[in-house]
Amino acid sequence: MITYLSNNGDTILAALRQHIVLALLPVVIGFLVALPIGYLGVRFPWFYHPLVNICGVLYSIPSLALFVFLPVILGTKILSPLNIVVALTIYTVALLARTVADGLRSVDTLVTRSATAMGYRRLRRLTDVELPVALPVILAGLRVATVANISLVSVGALIGVGGLGQLFTRGFQLFYLEPILVGIILSVLLAAVADLTIVLVQRAITPWTRFEHSDRGAA
Amino acid sequence: MNLSYLFDPAHWGLTTPGGFPELLFSHLGYVALALLIGTAIALPVGLYIGHTGRGSFLAINAGNAGRSLPTLGLLMLMVTLLGLGLTPVLIALTVLVIPPILTSAYAGMRSLDQRVVNAARGMGMRPWQVLTKVELPMALPVLMSGFRSAALQVVATATVAAAVGLGGLGRLLIDGLAVNDYSRVLAGAIVVAVLAVVLDLVLALVQRWIVSPGLSGRAQARTRRATT
Amino acid sequence: MITFEDVVKIYPGGGTAVDHLTLELPTGRTTVLVGPSGCGKTTSLGMINRMVRPTSGRVLIDGRDVAEQDEALLRRGIGYVIQHAGLFPHRTVLDNVATVPMLLGQSRRQARTAALGLLERVGLSAEFAGRYPAQLSGGQQQRVGVARALAADPPVMLMDEPFSAVDPVVREGLHREFLRLQQDLHKTIALVTHDIDEAIKLGDVVAIFRQGGRLAQVGTPRQLLEEPADEFVAEFVGRDRGLRSLSFDDATEPPVRPLGETGEHELVLDDAGRPLGWKSPTGLEATGGTFTRTDSLRLVTDLAISSPAGIAVRVGPDGAADGTVRHHDLVDYLAARRLRRASEPTP
Repeated sequence: MITYLSNNGDTILAALRQHIVLALLPVVIGFLVALPIGYLGVRFPWFYHPLVNICGVLYSIPSLALFVFLPVILGTKILSPLNIVVALTIYTVALLARTVADGLRSVDTLVTRSATAMGYRRLRRLTDVELPVALPVILAGLRVATVANISLVSVGALIGVGGLGQLFTRGFQLFYLEPILVGIILSVLLAAVADLTIVLVQRAITPWTRFEHSDRGAA
Repeated sequence: MNLSYLFDPAHWGLTTPGGFPELLFSHLGYVALALLIGTAIALPVGLYIGHTGRGSFLAINAGNAGRSLPTLGLLMLMVTLLGLGLTPVLIALTVLVIPPILTSAYAGMRSLDQRVVNAARGMGMRPWQVLTKVELPMALPVLMSGFRSAALQVVATATVAAAVGLGGLGRLLIDGLAVNDYSRVLAGAIVVAVLAVVLDLVLALVQRWIVSPGLSGRAQARTRRATT
Repeated sequence: MITFEDVVKIYPGGGTAVDHLTLELPTGRTTVLVGPSGCGKTTSLGMINRMVRPTSGRVLIDGRDVAEQDEALLRRGIGYVIQHAGLFPHRTVLDNVATVPMLLGQSRRQARTAALGLLERVGLSAEFAGRYPAQLSGGQQQRVGVARALAADPPVMLMDEPFSAVDPVVREGLHREFLRLQQDLHKTIALVTHDIDEAIKLGDVVAIFRQGGRLAQVGTPRQLLEEPADEFVAEFVGRDRGLRSLSFDDATEPPVRPLGETGEHELVLDDAGRPLGWKSPTGLEATGGTFTRTDSLRLVTDLAISSPAGIAVRVGPDGAADGTVRHHDLVDYLAARRLRRASEPTP
């Protein structure tokens, strides 16, 4: 193992770098796209169920199938990394749009009614009240999307682009265990770090959640 | 978009080796097998942990950990360790089924209103009866959604498993890519995507059918419609 | 002043929530809207700040139709308190209270400073400022809700079952705070409750609604207790109307006898003149409570009835006993009072 690592340090790092970009870019883009779409699912109640259904269908498409199908729609080459990014963005949106909608719906109606009665207009109420309160739910969805993306990027190795997935295919072709193990460990570690980061960010920006379910003070 | 492979009748013969029906059948077979074994392992464990509260750390984090496993890596690891064949792949597929089932079984049990469970015990039901007549039916929605999640995961991973020698619809994609027969690749992609979507739909209907209307809110919706 | 002009609210499903309501809520007073569920009281309240649109009729605040004003601006000038407070869980107590002033354009610092003062006003110390709603009890949350509603100093306040979600002891305290605040602030308040006792306690004017959204009677609490308009009102107000109407008379009314005249019962006092109890063969029996000049006739009656000697003991500000009211004298007084009332012309 040590020899493998010392001889291939550069390849491994390059693969890791590519993996991070391919996994996180879709998360960012997907999140930004999912926010307004999710909001629409709440603003127009008739849209919620069709939205959930469409998202469900999109999310159920197997990753490899989507990777190879996108060149047809996008006009890209099969071996282009763009396929991976677009495919993962679609998955992220499919997951997060629903999460955003559910998160917003989970805000206590007493709170939104209160805000309206105090004189908040719709947009400001969304940014000042509804989104912040829905944040824990939305960030939980973000964790899932991020970890899932990190895992899916490796499948891209089958179409020649795959970040750490390249280590898997290399190891498999050469019947060599080390690269596979390194790839798996790095992938899992990356997912763990990303997950933890989001958890820490969530704790920092939603300080009030620390006190929910805790004991109340005396009257 | 070259769909010639997809629409070639030669590929649709029921017994044609390498034809759609055969590949579809084997694909579903792998999925069913992995789901069966994985559920048989994970469901009782998850229900137990959820019921007793012991080992909850495992159940809560199984979902996250499972999700972070790179499927291709796991497959290739298994095959490199155990050689080509169905068993290593099946092991990998089963390992991927376990986390979602475990987590949802745990979550399902935790979500139960303890007052209802206590009422059942108070009525004289034995633990086994409480489990099968009260707890399981109430936990069903969460269990089913975990099952659906696992099913889709297996369909997708079985597709990828063609890269380590497995049969099924993934063969079209992998072999097609190898010989640059894009028409074949596309055909495989479309069929497996349709399979996944249909399977999810079927499971959704099953869920609708086996989850009591009282739980799913359908009964309340019925009452609402009747009285407005 | 808030005016309802022949307001009707019919919901699309067909139910009539408010049925031709014409009502005036006087400025600077608390008007309580009370009634059983489904009587339209909450709907009516909602029409004042346009959370609900009337099907027909107008709602006016100081002569201006609320329908002609910008919704959000109208609401920023009306304080709104609801059951369970509806506090923003993601904001500290201080920022919750500072919400409307900031919406109105005040700087954060200004709004927060003012908010601190308001918290004190509703009986919460400064240490609550940095806490989150989840850390507060129900009663505390409700106080914050009131502070938040008062923050922009609105002339009008709407309160929808504000005290229903807390336990009776806490509610007592909140009632007292409410009456104290209103004494200082004199806001035009519309308060909705299903609890007739609360209505009688807090309201200057009480409007009783019946199911179907019709007004059954409007009047002062005393009027409702003593002269219910019909069977429904009498029932709703409750069986012990007579006793409860005694709450509105003072303890100074019935004749008080000096300390020496307690007949065969002996009142034992301590060195400071405070009552310790009634002398009995077995020792001392507790008086069961005392009253002062500022208490109500109802309390005196209750004490006289429950006292082992049939005598209620009055004390001065220092706690020293300074007079008694005997059961018999009380009964004579009440009888005379009834006759007097009967012969008075109705207002």
